[in-house]
Amino acid sequence: MSAQPTKVSRISDRFAKLRASGQLGFVAYITAGDPNLDRTLEFALALDEAGADVLELGVPFSDPLADGVVIQRGVERALRAGTNLAGILALVKKLRQTSQLPVVVFSYLNPILKYGFARFADDAASAGADGVLLTDVSVEEATPFVEESRRVNLDTIFLAAPTSTDARLRAIAGHSRGFIYAVSRTGVTGARQALSSQLLPLIDRLRAATDLPIAAGFGISRPEHMAVLRGKIEAAVVGSALVQNIEEHNSPERLAAFVRGLKNGS
Amino acid sequence: MSRFGAYGGRFVPETLMSPIEELEHAYLEARQDTAFQAELDDLLHRFAGRPTPLTPARRLTARLGGATIYLKREDLLHTGAHKINNCIGQALLARRMGKHRVIAETGAGQHGVATATVCALLGLECVVYMGEEDMSRQSLNVARMKLLGADVVPVGSGSKTLKDAINEAMRDWVTNVETTYYLLGSVLGAHPYPLMVRDFHRVIGVEARAQILEAEGRLPDVLIACVGGGSNAIGLFHAFIPDSSVRMVGVEAGGRGDALGEHAARFRGGSPGVLQGTYTYVLQDADGQIATTHSVSAGLDYPAIGPEHAMLRDAKRADYVACSDRDALEACRTLARTEGIIPALESSHAVAEAIRRAPSAKGELFIVNVSGRGDKDMEILKRELSL
Repeated sequence: MSAQPTKVSRISDRFAKLRASGQLGFVAYITAGDPNLDRTLEFALALDEAGADVLELGVPFSDPLADGVVIQRGVERALRAGTNLAGILALVKKLRQTSQLPVVVFSYLNPILKYGFARFADDAASAGADGVLLTDVSVEEATPFVEESRRVNLDTIFLAAPTSTDARLRAIAGHSRGFIYAVSRTGVTGARQALSSQLLPLIDRLRAATDLPIAAGFGISRPEHMAVLRGKIEAAVVGSALVQNIEEHNSPERLAAFVRGLKNGS
Repeated sequence: MSRFGAYGGRFVPETLMSPIEELEHAYLEARQDTAFQAELDDLLHRFAGRPTPLTPARRLTARLGGATIYLKREDLLHTGAHKINNCIGQALLARRMGKHRVIAETGAGQHGVATATVCALLGLECVVYMGEEDMSRQSLNVARMKLLGADVVPVGSGSKTLKDAINEAMRDWVTNVETTYYLLGSVLGAHPYPLMVRDFHRVIGVEARAQILEAEGRLPDVLIACVGGGSNAIGLFHAFIPDSSVRMVGVEAGGRGDALGEHAARFRGGSPGVLQGTYTYVLQDADGQIATTHSVSAGLDYPAIGPEHAMLRDAKRADYVACSDRDALEACRTLARTEGIIPALESSHAVAEAIRRAPSAKGELFIVNVSGRGDKDMEILKRELSL
């Protein structure tokens, strides 16, 4: 239902390979600048090394109303370190010197709005970012952001939720490039013991609406969660569990070991 | 229709989009339903105490020697402020939608008290999020909410004030969206809240317009109201918008200085941005991070203004000014001693603007919205005015 991008993005390329191999991909979320941007670069390289398929770099925002306490604390640390969008895009540029890990800039709207959609699209694309996801922008409010992103071939990723109607899922698919982020449950971000029962029905409805790859997040933090999802979707998004690991250890090695453990089911 | 000019809109996570569409649908349906409107009118009349009087401020007028000043007495409503108008409307809507759990945020505590009150009246479960800073400066209202059976949840994140309470209420809502109604307390947030909350407060201006025509035989020259989110102001203004001779003045919190962080005057130091669901004027830094704010009055201590006010200001249909903490406190004392009315610190900002402009406005007719009473502020007044 949607036009093909003018060239295959790093994200689409990665998902095509995942589909071909039948493996469950790993999308890693960390907050950029937590605890500082130099450290974030080390974490990003460690995640690439550990086999992450996509890196979601969170832009810290003063009012993260979709986030649970773990990511809220990560955001506070990043803001205390003076992190801003320009610094985050400079970090992406540095990462690109040595890594082809696909990067999605993951933000609330206001920091991007203040920076300017057109300027953001230009700077993000030239830094080597591949996609952008705005947490508080629905398809209804997305036109200027989608247009600017298309102009520079940045993939636009939208959230799909258990509460989304089928009509909304179709609109979300129509606006999305690269993949769709399925929110596994109603609620804020944060690790949970059990995978939400709301997720599998959402995946079924999404499959009926689109051929785009699906990555599911919110609450995914354990090898057994990954096992349930293997074969059903293309990738799992892990965020709060990684931010928690960074909070506890502030160690690229420990972060990489945690990701390997999740991926290998140990 | 989700916009006020360029402002407003619906900027929330996808999980809330369908629920907000349902809310809009339910509200637009209720708005057309005569039985819903009749129940609302009955509760406003027999429970809340509407209509409120339009009181001539004779001694204040004489003392200032200029404009003739009338006071719209929302302070006389049950629970002590205009907030109850909106709470009755939305709580009836919650019941109509089959939601038995109501959540709300509160700054000064007036919206929390009004929500707790209406939930008690209708038998709904009530949870109120309140910043820790606000809980300590409005402790009497915390006790009132608890007495009314509400669960008051302290919010310790960010600046520990209204903005952070809204974040926490939205986190609750997105988690419990199936069972829970979010009873937002001002003309803020995603569409349809700014429209719906305005509609429920519109009665203030409708009454005032009829009352001033009755008392003076003509329309007023100036309307003055304080603006936090801006619900009491839009409530007073809205019925007068077509009356082009009527000037409308919104008074923001000038706090204790002009630097970012020292006030809550969005039109003085803010710029367009998105906060908590709506596109409007926001106090923010160069990176788009939301600024902290300060006001002696908790109800005005918020970094964004209702989107309809942004539209009225762009269209030059309303003017917005700022009043300092100090002037508001002084105005509170003045009104108490000239008229025997202790206004809330929020409303004192509007009174201060009337005091400032009345002497040079001989022959003009002012209506000042006394949006709430000052009982809740007695601790602060005791300290600040050395009582």
